[in-house]
Amino acid sequence: MKLNGAEIFVQCLQEMNVRVVFGYPGGAILNIYDEIYRAKNLQHILVRHEQGAVHAADGYARVTGEVGVALVTSGPGATNAVTGLATAHMDSVPMVCFSGQVSSSLIGNDAFQEADTVGITRSCTKHNYLVKKVDDLARIIREAFYIARTGRPGPVLIDIPKDILTQKTEHVYRDGRVDIPSYRPTVEGHTGQIRRAVKLLQKAHRPVIYTGGGVILSNAAQELKEFAHALGAPVTNTLMGLGGFPGTDGQFLGMLGMHGTYEANMAVTRCDLLIAIGARFDDRVTGKISEFAPEAEIVHIDIDPTSVSKNVKVDVPIVGDVKHVLGKMIELVGDAAFRKQKPDYTSWWNEIETWRRRECLKFTQDDKVIQPQTVIKTLYEMTHGNAIVVTDVGQHQMWAAQFYAFDRPRRWLTSGGLGTMGYGLPAALGALVAKPDQPIFLISGDGSIQMNIQELGTARQHRLPVKIIILNNSFLGMVRQWQELFYGRRYSETDLSDMAAPDFQKLAEAYGAVGLLAERPDQVESVLRQTMETPGMVIAEFRTNRECNVYPMVPAGAAMSEMILL
Amino acid sequence: MRHVLSVLVNNEPGVLTRVSGLFSARGFNIESLSVAPVGDGTSSRITMVSHGDSQITEQITKQLNKLIPVIRVVDLTDGPHVERELMLIKVAAERDMRAEIMRIADIFRSRVVDATQVSFIIEVTGGSEKLDACLAMLSPLGVVEMVRTGKVAMSRGEKRT
Ligand SMILES: Cc1cc2nc3c(=O)[nH]c(=O)nc-3n(C[C@H](O)[C@H](O)[C@H](O)COP(=O)(O)OP(=O)(O)OC[C@H]3O[C@@H](n4cnc5c(N)ncnc54)[C@H](O)[C@@H]3O)c2cc1C
Ligand SMILES: Cc1ncc(C[n+]2csc(CCOP(=O)(O)OP(=O)(O)O)c2C)c(N)n1
Repeated sequence: MKLNGAEIFVQCLQEMNVRVVFGYPGGAILNIYDEIYRAKNLQHILVRHEQGAVHAADGYARVTGEVGVALVTSGPGATNAVTGLATAHMDSVPMVCFSGQVSSSLIGNDAFQEADTVGITRSCTKHNYLVKKVDDLARIIREAFYIARTGRPGPVLIDIPKDILTQKTEHVYRDGRVDIPSYRPTVEGHTGQIRRAVKLLQKAHRPVIYTGGGVILSNAAQELKEFAHALGAPVTNTLMGLGGFPGTDGQFLGMLGMHGTYEANMAVTRCDLLIAIGARFDDRVTGKISEFAPEAEIVHIDIDPTSVSKNVKVDVPIVGDVKHVLGKMIELVGDAAFRKQKPDYTSWWNEIETWRRRECLKFTQDDKVIQPQTVIKTLYEMTHGNAIVVTDVGQHQMWAAQFYAFDRPRRWLTSGGLGTMGYGLPAALGALVAKPDQPIFLISGDGSIQMNIQELGTARQHRLPVKIIILNNSFLGMVRQWQELFYGRRYSETDLSDMAAPDFQKLAEAYGAVGLLAERPDQVESVLRQTMETPGMVIAEFRTNRECNVYPMVPAGAAMSEMILL
Repeated sequence: MRHVLSVLVNNEPGVLTRVSGLFSARGFNIESLSVAPVGDGTSSRITMVSHGDSQITEQITKQLNKLIPVIRVVDLTDGPHVERELMLIKVAAERDMRAEIMRIADIFRSRVVDATQVSFIIEVTGGSEKLDACLAMLSPLGVVEMVRTGKVAMSRGEKRT
């Protein structure tokens, strides 16, 4: 069958079972849009800004585990997409982004709306392509999807010159399978290494399991639970790993790192064996490297060899897929001989209990001002922990991580690695497109929500019932916190109290949403109830304690045991 | 420590940018680089010299391997290997100096590949030190200009690069 490039684009998406594309049209991709107009079974969500398209595809990917798809035009369309790609790249989100490009003959001529998109996105994608011949298009699309979802997932960009879209070539349907000889991720862990790891487990008295986003990316929450329960060791998650292990499980210590719990950070500092699973020893987690888990031998399971021994020297690296490796380890740990020899953890748990009694997340209630933590805690209770929670970046993000316990994976969407303000709203919309029947809450700040606020238009147009909770402290709160603690309280350019935010209730009205406001603690529950019960889009603003800080906090560069506690 | 990495890649557009871009993006230094297609032309061999402790080099090697078009990365400094580079030197060849220049060229087993009334171009190949030494000898005679390739290298014996 002879097809042109634009038709091949649609055919290949169908081959990959893509149901929805997030995008924004423009001159260079008009031919694709013309095909989308005709295509059946392909939903297109028109966003308001290309950054929104990419974040929405990212949100879609994180809740489903499938490859998210974004479509943008050349030049400014592509440059607008960059922050979205970098965000997805840092958090290993599977995604394919298509960008239009000027016609092949014009490339390099400073043509209208030309940008060197492949050059610009090279370091913020897992891989990228410039299509040179229409004959290559189908192969490139198949490879891109394969690369995006296998190994350590990530975004792949395909830049398609306009002339390629009209040229024809023979197209044959394929099942999407591809073979790239120079790209063969290691899935199965080395058996010898797994045995060495289990030997260390056999003699450890104070083990800690430290897990990250890799558990979620690998769909290995069940295996992790079995493994942790078989071993009986404490578990801590990174910000990206939340939901990988049940937040309500007795073995869970909470998040570790800069704003992690006292018990998690102390346990990591004191452990004699650290079992890192799909986590990359980020500096927000390790603090001062030389004092990170100083007494421990370290086992590290990760599919990406570059994550291993990058920041922290590892004793037993196991390169492979978490699901696969844990499957094997569960067998060995469940073995009767292992269980008989395994040291008793009673005194270790006793030590942990003393740290837990410190109640590091305790905060004082106030009957005049709303404490931001209360809003999250109440939301948690009222939704019975069953909501999908999306955040922006800042204090509200950390409180959401601390006070909303996730028992299941893929219900927590946050920009961890890049920390992109403005991620939340479009990501929540992408999640809603994927899971229209599930309660989805965006927790944002008065600063962050203004960074992609144009996407309210997308929500309105596509009838996406997003529930937006704005914790309004009239500050760029997280930055203010650093200024308070480390810059002598000089609040340079972080005070948003003087007309720096819109009237959110009027804004809601302008977008056909319901706007709610809570100013006193006794209104929190009722406003949250209305938020949940009102159909359609809701913007609920909570005026909170302006100078509340996120604690515990490990100052940048300090050891994890040097936490500032409330 | 100094490392010589031999990187086999798919010979496709942009591959060199991916490799060199990786070094700059991660703050690794490249001291020298040489690249040319090998075999039937579907792959290319990049030889690069870089400095860093073993942890940095391990990370560079892993990062290179992670690039999709990279087929294989070998750190040649792990074992015995041969390193060569090539230098072209243009020397001002005044009448009375010509014999002396030829003599020096001979000592270094180099060849005169271009001769005019006013200059010679001498081609020297070998290890860095030999090239440096040759250059040092010719300098006083009036080197007009000089170009040098990056290093190419290969494992000795049975080990494949
Ligand atoms: C304001 C702010 C504060 C923050 N504070 C904290 C904090 O206190 N604590 C904290 O933890 N984080 C914090 N972060 C987030 C932090 O910056 C990092 O994003 C996070 O710690 C990284 O999580 P991770 O190690 O799970 O890695 P991820 O980025 O989730 O990486 C996943 C790892 O798993 C591997 N992997 C992927 N797929 C598989 C598979 N199938 N099998 C095996 N391995 C796989 C990958 O190779 C990678 O190494 C903060 C961020 C912000 C914006
Ligand atoms: C795009 C972007 N610009 C700047 C920052 C730096 N930054 C981190 S947190 C923060 C303040 C966020 O304020 P707000 O959204 O109101 O949340 P709060 O901390 O008050 O809860 C800023 C400016 C960032 N993370 N992302």
